[in-house]
Amino acid sequence: MTNSGNFSRRGVLKGGLAGILATGVSPLIFTRGAYAQEFCNAPTGDTVTIGFNMPLTGAYADEGADEQRAYELAVEHLNGGGDGGLIPFFSSKTLKGTGILGKKVVGVTGDDQTKADAARDSARRMIERDGAVMITGGSSSSVAIAVQGLCQEKGVIFMAALTHSNDTTGKDKKRYGFRHFFNAYQSGIALGPVLGEAYGKERVAYHLTADYTWGWTQEESMKNATEALGWKTLEPVRTPVGAGDFSQYLTPVLNSGADVLILNHYGFDMVNSLTQAVQFGMKDKQANGKQFEIVVPLVSDLMAKGAGAAMKGIYGTSNWDWQLPDDASKAFTKSFGAKFGQPPSQAAHTSYVQALLYADACERAGTFYPPEVIKALEGFEFDGMGNGPTSYRAEDHQCFKEVYVVKGKETPSNPFDLLEVVATASKESVTYDPAIFGGELGPDTAVAC
Amino acid sequence: MDAILAQLLNGLDKGGAYALIALGLTLVFGTLGVVNFAHGALFMLGAFCAVSFRYLITLETVTVDPTQTTAWGTALEVRTPLAQTWFGDWGGVLIDWSVPLSILLAIPVMLVIGIVMERGLIKHFYKRPHAEQILVTFGLAIVLQEIVKAIFGPNPISQAMPTALRGAADVGALIGLAPGALTYPLWRLVYFLFSAGVIAAVFGFLRFTTFGMVVRAGMADRETVGLLGINIDRRFTIMFGLAAVVAGLAGVMYTPLLPPNYHQGMDFLVLSFVVVVVGGMGSLPGAVAAGFLLGILQSFASMNQIKSLLPGIDQIIIYLTAVVILLVRPRGLFGRRGMMEN
Repeated sequence: MTNSGNFSRRGVLKGGLAGILATGVSPLIFTRGAYAQEFCNAPTGDTVTIGFNMPLTGAYADEGADEQRAYELAVEHLNGGGDGGLIPFFSSKTLKGTGILGKKVVGVTGDDQTKADAARDSARRMIERDGAVMITGGSSSSVAIAVQGLCQEKGVIFMAALTHSNDTTGKDKKRYGFRHFFNAYQSGIALGPVLGEAYGKERVAYHLTADYTWGWTQEESMKNATEALGWKTLEPVRTPVGAGDFSQYLTPVLNSGADVLILNHYGFDMVNSLTQAVQFGMKDKQANGKQFEIVVPLVSDLMAKGAGAAMKGIYGTSNWDWQLPDDASKAFTKSFGAKFGQPPSQAAHTSYVQALLYADACERAGTFYPPEVIKALEGFEFDGMGNGPTSYRAEDHQCFKEVYVVKGKETPSNPFDLLEVVATASKESVTYDPAIFGGELGPDTAVAC
Repeated sequence: MDAILAQLLNGLDKGGAYALIALGLTLVFGTLGVVNFAHGALFMLGAFCAVSFRYLITLETVTVDPTQTTAWGTALEVRTPLAQTWFGDWGGVLIDWSVPLSILLAIPVMLVIGIVMERGLIKHFYKRPHAEQILVTFGLAIVLQEIVKAIFGPNPISQAMPTALRGAADVGALIGLAPGALTYPLWRLVYFLFSAGVIAAVFGFLRFTTFGMVVRAGMADRETVGLLGINIDRRFTIMFGLAAVVAGLAGVMYTPLLPPNYHQGMDFLVLSFVVVVVGGMGSLPGAVAAGFLLGILQSFASMNQIKSLLPGIDQIIIYLTAVVILLVRPRGLFGRRGMMEN
């Protein structure tokens, strides 16, 4: 008699199951269930929590307030409320107004105070205390770089909002960080030809630059773009963020020999420096036999509103503008305006779009498991978000799309009619080799909290 | 040469603000012997007097114009300030000049705030150590700024300067330079003249009035003045109110240069203490001289030629000066012998 007693039915079943799992041919349902145990803040109930981390105080607080409005709208639309905003126009058709993967979206909010350390603390609280599965928002590149560094450590995806430094998706890029907003290099590419056309090839530029990563890269990008036209650049002057009174930095401009002032400032800093430059008579001044000009390479409606008449005739670039004529932009403006009584800023637009892109990536991946969501976002091509055909480049997580050159409107027809789009740089013209800014994305390894 | 003159003007304009704040701080220290860390908050409250005045004067009626629609499809709201409805063109002028006019509101409001602050809280700390005075006034500053934050929000609120005072004046042409060689913003020149006027008024008040004479006598020897039957405490309370008014006026007129926010007082507080230390604790001429001196030094330190030799000097020049003064002459430029030296 053979020793058949060693092969009991239970033993065979156990051994067979172990073999199937060990050889990696287990049904997908098993691994999907396993994700819930393997990554930080895997949603377990019927809701999914997103962390909105933006400046509600500090030099960029206006942008933060508008981002907050945009996220409120995005949550409403993702959960099936309102008119759906951009969802009907989005080329990917996964979003149905049923939350994300059937879970209702809820948001938690933090004030990053426009400070890198406060932003990291706020993001950490939302991850560790509130269970946020994704962090989004912000209006400063030093903040974005700090937060995406934390998110990489924590294995939590970061969908950056308003960050314009080349470093965010350059030397400081991270696998867990994604940027829909354009960058300083693209501003230079878009703005250079327009400045050459408007102000000629023989100009002397004086830069006042916010003294942190964004200011430095914008200064460098603008310097490269304008020197390619034939302009000369004087020794740039760095100013502290939140300086308030820029008069001591503006006074030397008057007798410097420059005939163009380039203000690499943003938010309240830009409002203050531009207003004060105009008070110094720089818009009416003649230098080197030419009309003195002021350029603000990165500009928004919020800043134009703050600067008032000082903004008239000033050139800059924008990621998006509420007066763009495409149907998606019109629909988003209508949706936002009806709810908040004012048009959305570019900060609101990029925040809203980032929230939708994350939701869509989860739907396409079929999971919240970050490595799969990252794969869904990398190389993703889409349209219908107001910037024309857009792609999320896999190599650096930078979005490529049209960039708009805007100008402060001379005769506004209403209190919100502050900027006009005067030129559009195509997606192809602002696309560059990711190698020029270096950096390493790092691993996509999921991390348990 | 033009560049140096421009920086000098900038230094005088900055120094005017520093001197005004430091003057009030020194008045309080010289009369009451109190180190008032809430003095920056008084500057901020003055600025918010201008904001409040503008809110009041620009209260508006809202009507809906059904013939016009917004980009999001709702009827356009037309807002008309009540001042314009009531006073026609003069209403527009009142709104345009709201910042200088708000001085009329700021003087009584700041006087009352100063007197209430002194009688309600600070008088209880006269005989307590300086460390306790600093703690209580610092706490008061935080309470005041949180109240302002709760009412007006955390963000700066822009205040427009009068249309007639916008733009730049050709200062160079006045002193014989080529036209356009030296221009400077009109409002900043106004601010400098205003601060010089307020400083002169305070010195005149102390110098040429009986009240001022008694106060000066009290500053020199409080006990003896008290023994002569003069209620010196009441006069010192009024001086505290006067110091609050001076700080408040500095804040009002500064609003077109820098949109006020609730935290503004703290930004100026450290700076004004440095000014007082450099000028000499308790010395009124010292506060004024140090205010202008530090303003001018800061302005020159921001010149490219200086910054290329000493990068970052513009950020530390004021504190560097204070360190040197404390090491070499601890009583400050105009301080009394023995003050902070033992």
